[in-house]
Order: sequence, then C-alpha cells, then structure tokens
Amino acid sequence: MKINKVYVVLLLLALVAPFFLYPVFLAKLLCFALFACAFNLMLGYVGLLSFGHAAFLGTGGYITGWLMMNSGMTPELAILLGTVSAGALGAIYGKLSVKREGIYFAMVTLALSQLVFFIYLQAPFTGGEDGMQGVPRGNLFGMIDLSDNINMYYFVLAVFLFGFWLIHRTIHSPFGQVLKAIRENEPRAVSLGYNVNDYKWVAFTISAALAGLAGSTKTLVFQLASLTDVHWHMSGEVVLMTLVGGVGTILGPVVGAGVIVTMQNYLSGGELGNYLHIIMGFIFVVCVLAFRSGIVGEFQKVWKRNFG
Amino acid sequence: MKMMKKTLLAASVAAVASSAALANVSDDKVKIGVLADMGGTYADICGQGCVTATQMAVEDFGGTVLGKPIEVISADDQLKPDVGSAIVRKWIENEQVDAVGGMVSSAVTGAATKVTTDAKKIALISTSASNAFTTKACSPYNVHWTYNVVALANGTVKPMVEAGKKKWFFITADYAFGHALEGVATKVINENGGEVVGAARAPLGTTDFSSYILQAQSSGADVVALANAGNDTVNSLKAASEFGLTQMMDVAGLLVFTPNAQAMDPNVAGGMRTTTGFYWDLDDQTREWSKRFMERHGSIPAMGHAGAYSMTMHYLKAVEAAGTDDSDAVIKKMKEMKPDDFFSRNATLRADGRMVHDMYYVEIKKPDERRDDNDIFKVVSTIPGDQAYAPMLPECNFK
Repeated sequence: MKINKVYVVLLLLALVAPFFLYPVFLAKLLCFALFACAFNLMLGYVGLLSFGHAAFLGTGGYITGWLMMNSGMTPELAILLGTVSAGALGAIYGKLSVKREGIYFAMVTLALSQLVFFIYLQAPFTGGEDGMQGVPRGNLFGMIDLSDNINMYYFVLAVFLFGFWLIHRTIHSPFGQVLKAIRENEPRAVSLGYNVNDYKWVAFTISAALAGLAGSTKTLVFQLASLTDVHWHMSGEVVLMTLVGGVGTILGPVVGAGVIVTMQNYLSGGELGNYLHIIMGFIFVVCVLAFRSGIVGEFQKVWKRNFG
Repeated sequence: MKMMKKTLLAASVAAVASSAALANVSDDKVKIGVLADMGGTYADICGQGCVTATQMAVEDFGGTVLGKPIEVISADDQLKPDVGSAIVRKWIENEQVDAVGGMVSSAVTGAATKVTTDAKKIALISTSASNAFTTKACSPYNVHWTYNVVALANGTVKPMVEAGKKKWFFITADYAFGHALEGVATKVINENGGEVVGAARAPLGTTDFSSYILQAQSSGADVVALANAGNDTVNSLKAASEFGLTQMMDVAGLLVFTPNAQAMDPNVAGGMRTTTGFYWDLDDQTREWSKRFMERHGSIPAMGHAGAYSMTMHYLKAVEAAGTDDSDAVIKKMKEMKPDDFFSRNATLRADGRMVHDMYYVEIKKPDERRDDNDIFKVVSTIPGDQAYAPMLPECNFK
C-alpha cells in the first residue's frame, strides 16, 4: 500500500515535470533509468554482473536509427524492431555467457560486447566515429509529431512506464521468485529441480531487450546513435547508476540514473567540467565504501528501522 | 594603450550604433556558446584555449554589440557526438544561445551542426578537420574557418609529389577523420601523377606503431604519410624514427598542430613538413595577438585558437553591420564582408560557408635552428587560398 502511494506521487511528478524542466533532459533521464532498470534485473535479481549491456543499448539505437533514416517506418515500429534485435542478440549472448558466474560471466559479456563495438566501429551504416546523425523523430502512429519536445517526452514516459511495469511484473511473478532463489542459493535451486541456466538465459534476454528499448528510444530523443552507446564506458556507467541508486531495489536504478545524468548534465557545463570523471569516481568510491545498498536501499533501511 | 584605444573605439561605435538604429537583438543579449574538448586528446588544440580566444575577441570588440552585452558560455563535449549535440540543443532551446563556436572533433561537429541547422543558428567551426561541413553536409548556417582536410592534402602532399616523391604509403587513424584525410590525399597524389602503394590502418589511440612502421618499411614507398592527429602523430613518428624509417624515406605529417609539434622530439621531427592555417611567429600582427594570448593562456596559440578569435570577431562585426542577431541577416553580412585580421589573409567567406584564406607550408625546425621552445616552424611557402581549398560545390551555394 505504502509503495503504491510512492508510485502515484512519482507518476504525478513525471507528468508535470516537463512544464518546469527541460523536456529533452527529462527524456534522457528516463531512457537511462530504463536502461539501468534492465541492467538491475540481472545484477539485482539474478546476481549476475553483466559488463556488456552497452552492446544491447547500442544495437537497439543503431537499428532504430537506421530504420528511421532508410525505411520510412513510423517510430513505434522502428523501436519495436530495435528492441527485438537487441533481444535476439541478448538471446545469443545469454546462451554463451550464463554458463559462467561471477568474474567469468562479467568478462565473457565484456568480450562479447567489445566484438559488437568493433563491428559498429567499422560497419559503414553506423558512420563509425561520426555516429548516425540526423535521425528523424517521425510521427508516432503516423499522427503525433514527435519533433515537438513535449510530445517526445510523454512518448518516452509511456515507453519507460511500460518497461518499468514489465520488470515489476517479472520480479513479482513465480519466474521472478525463482530468479531470486538462484541469486540467494544457486545449488539449492538446482537441487529443487530448476534448470537455472535456462532461467538465467530468459532473464538475460528480457534484460537485453529492455536495454535495447532504452537505446532505441534514446536515439529518437537525440536524433543520434553513436559509439558512446556501445563503448564499455557505458557498460560501466550503468553499473555506477545501479549501485548509487541501490542494487536489487526496483526504484534504485531510477534514482541512480537520475543522480548520474543530472550530475553529467550540470557539471559538464560549469566550472567543474574538467573534473567530471574525478567527481563521479569519488562518488562511486564513497558509495561502495559507505553506503553499499545505495540511496534507495539506505532509505528503505532507515524507514524500516523507524516506521516499519 | 593600443588595446585600450581599440576597446574605447569599439565601445563608442557600439554606443552610437545602438542609439541610432532600432537594435533588434533577441533576449537583449548576444550569446555565444563555445563547444570544446576540455579534458581529452584535443584539449590542447581547442579546449579552454578556444574559450579564452573567443572571450578575447568579445573583449576586443568592446563587450557589447548594438548596445547589448555579449556573453560567452562554454561546455565540454567530451569528444562524444551525443554529449555535444545534447549540449547544443540545450543551449539553443533553453539558454538563448545565438551562435555556437569552438568545435574540435569532426564527429561532434557533425552532430552539433545538425542541431544548429535545424534551429537556424550559426555554427562557427574553428578546429574541425573534415570538409563535410561545406560539402556533403553543407548548410546555410555553417561557417568553417581555420582549415580542412583538403587544404592539408593540397598543402603538404602536392609539393612533395611535384618534387618527384611519387610513391606513397599511409599510416591512417582508423576512423572517419583518418579515412577522409587519406581519401583526399590519395586523390591529390593520383591527380599529380603519383601512386599509393599501400596503407596501414591503426586504431585511434595506438601506442605501439611498430607493426605499421614495418609494413611501411617494406612497401618501397618514397614517402610515408601520417594521416592521423594528436598523440597518434607523436607516437607514430617516434616509432618511425626508432626503426630508422626517417632515414630511408620522407615522413609527411598531414595534420600537425603546434602543441603536438612542440611535444615531439626536435631531433626526430626536425625537417618534417606539414601545412597549417596559422603560425604565431609569422609577422608583427600575429606576434602581437599571440603575445596577448600567451599571457592569458600560458602557451602559444594553435591555429584553432587564432581561428576561434578571428571568426568570433567577424561574427560580431556582422551582427553590428546587420543591426540584428537574426541568423539569416547575420550570415548574409558575414559572407558579404571580407574577413581581414592577423589570421585571415587574402580571405573571403564563400557562399558555402568555407572561409578561404592563405595557408602555410611549414617545416618543423631542427634543434640547432630553434631559439626557444616556442620556435617550432619555419615557413617554406605561403599557399594562396584558392589553391589550397577545393572549389565550391554548386549544391552548397547558399546565396
């Protein structure tokens, strides 16, 4: 009940926010929040640290961008296909990587995503270092003009809510219970008769598809798909967002993405622009040392202690 | 004192202009956003220095135009096209920026100029190398000031081919900029009767160039051309010298900025020839400005810095002449007026936005030729603008 109230308040805030803040910034924030939520499905609920999620973000972005520029598709179809492509790539990569755990899993996903990075670097359709520029936003369902920033924002909000709902649903389903069981004690889950690799694989695919959805939407917002989205820095950034916000909490990645994106946004323009990476590194260190369960995790602890 | 006079003069002109004409300046200020690389590979070439140069232009102009204050803001594009385009979008939609200046990495500039063109704002491009902004990605609002890959290829490659160096080998930075530079240079070589015997593509940020140098060594070329920039040039040249390549064949640096030339060992780099759009120690005019820049910034200006100053000055003059900061009126004036200052020699701003001016074919000085650390280039010849730059494309003629 309490959680539901929080959701309602947040939703209301999200609905009125574009009238007070710059809509493109908010849209970017939501895209990264969705990306971080997708990543958190793996790290927070299956306990696997994927260090290659940028590959899915970028794949979604590039496919959607290419379709928008070359096929004359409407945005919703282009996004759908971008998401499916990322999901398909995730299915392949998942099959290859879920057999390993811990550091080996992270390294396998990193290696696979680097493969994708170099393909996109060299493939002519991506524009290499220049990125894919000038992607049209198009008309949603052929009717709503997305070049208007407010329209774009509400569309992104709808996409985000869909992704968030899907993750929420997944976590609270029997399937999600099994995932958590695997996280807590994998041998026991095996002994109970679950085929853990298949569960991990499905979770990985869902996570990849949602990361692709975030990338596809982001490409439309910025009208640009670039190597930044497939670079391993991006895979690292999403880890940072999730850890700062609170790993394994459903709202954590949203808060984490909010903090990191806001910081990048305000610091890059100001006096501290040169120190952006240092500041982010510092926050990461403080986070890992001092409050391990992240902003939302710590908040929940305090809440439980005093009111729970 | 001279500076003071200039400032006073500019201020009084501005005051007169503003009281006389019905000044039509949006949001009661003229705002220039400088997009640059503050902490990355190109920070020395156009980072804080480009911001300083732009501010100097504003101060020399008097700080106001048409009676309204001129404001300069800046941001770090982190060499990422998405970050750069997002910043420019925010500037234009949310912070009333009238023109965007600076601009280094061609990838970022490509993305940023898409945004400025859509919003009908002027993009003043100082340090980007690609020629795309006035060719295949041309726009009525693009102004490309300092140099481009065509000028570099014409400046450096042509005289060497003509001097009998017919066989060329490329060591190319393996991304869009390197490919463009190699492509343009190859065209110049073929047109002048030379041939390209091979090319090795090294990823951006390579530190060990030995395998590429060995390929170059066995190619039997007369010249090895370095189609890269920044630290890649420094590292590839170092490897070339270690393998004795510099004794066997000529090495041509297609894009060498002064800070990179300064960073290279003069024993190795001495004698290498390249093309630049500006050199600080050219004559009294360039020295006067460069001294002032050095006092502010701490190092000698690279061509991008001087270009940033020059283009900002020209933009402000055009705003004043047009009596408004409306982009269409200002860009028209900019193209009508002849840019003429310490940087722009025999210069015209063409209808496609390409600023055509004299370029310099220079040689990096050997250790015994150097007076001090700042004494880097010796000018071999001046290349007239129309020989350096490619003619305007008909589809980019925005009259």
